[in-house]
Amino acid sequence: MTALTLGFDLLLAAGLIWLGWQALFLTRRFAAVVHLMAFNLLMALVWVRLEAPDIALAEAAIGAGVTGALLLTALGRLPSGAATGSHPQRWHRYWRYPAVFAACIGAGWLAWGVQRLPRPGLAAEVTTELEATGVSHAVTAVLLNIRALDTLLEVAVMLGAVMLVWSLGPALRPFAPATALPGLPALSRLLHPLFLLVPTYLLWRGAHAPGGAFPAGAVLGAGGILLLLVERIGWMQQPRFKPLLRLLLVAGLALFLAVGLGGLLLTGTFLAIPQALAKPAILAVEVATALSIALMLMALYLYGEPGR
Amino acid sequence: MSLFYAVVSALLCGMALIGLFRTDDLVRRIVALNVLASATFLLLVTLARTEAGIDPVPHVMVLTGIVVAVSTTAAALGLTIRAHERRHEESQ
Repeated sequence: MTALTLGFDLLLAAGLIWLGWQALFLTRRFAAVVHLMAFNLLMALVWVRLEAPDIALAEAAIGAGVTGALLLTALGRLPSGAATGSHPQRWHRYWRYPAVFAACIGAGWLAWGVQRLPRPGLAAEVTTELEATGVSHAVTAVLLNIRALDTLLEVAVMLGAVMLVWSLGPALRPFAPATALPGLPALSRLLHPLFLLVPTYLLWRGAHAPGGAFPAGAVLGAGGILLLLVERIGWMQQPRFKPLLRLLLVAGLALFLAVGLGGLLLTGTFLAIPQALAKPAILAVEVATALSIALMLMALYLYGEPGR
Repeated sequence: MSLFYAVVSALLCGMALIGLFRTDDLVRRIVALNVLASATFLLLVTLARTEAGIDPVPHVMVLTGIVVAVSTTAAALGLTIRAHERRHEESQ
């Protein structure tokens, strides 16, 4: 058994390093992007191996799905020839060699240093506090109760990215019209119920098992991007739905802030949730956050403000 | 075993940094940043495996980190596309 797991570990590590190498050093940009998607998919397997199923779910939907879709759409917009966007000064080239040399030294130092890193860990503390958080799954408890401030700021960062992308101009037209790929509308119609069912299940499951707002939002967002590709979401482009769209985009952050301020009023500490209210409050925040994350992923994929 | 994955993450970090410095192309730099983020997440998750059990706090940091990484990627790609369009219009 140990020989089998060792072989599996070696295979995973070799695959990761090979795919990472291909993604970083291939000359063709398209090949690099495809290798990055495969790298992220393999990364999801590594998360399962390291007993982090929550991260594996999010990585499979975001790392392999949404990041790949974003990069491939960008490639369709950029010329396939020479390097775009950056025109280095002549003296920049000489700095490159010390930088690469320093990166080699840094990697060697890191590989030596990780072996003696302390691992204090908060596993025992989280387990003792788990009773008071209102949920029984440790990752969800830390995410939405114990370290809720991190999650709040993370949703704010994502909203900031959406505002930046939307401020750049109107949404880009989808590159390939749906009629060019006859199988795509049928496929999306087949997959659409699954893309609603799986996030709902993950969201409900999050209170006691791996799942919750982040994987649910990621899967829902990936399904939404597929719908954007076949142009099934006309309402996002229409001006009269713009207030609704903006309301849904900020729903997660707004409800999170409301819960935090409610905690400030009731207990005197920002984001402290009273134990009796913890379960419904966390469920409401989870639903709103998952919806907002899904819509923000779709909003980022548009690369601009729709309906402008 | 977690030590093994920690060394793998250090190797990936070094490779991603070299890839980041070597290229002029902005899309390849964004790809390199994604690999670098994955390597950092791998290090955090390996450090979460302690003798007392699995520490959920680094798992939460990685979960939020993945979402921040995809937001950064989208913002950087959006800026790259607009910069290219602007330059294309100016050259015509």
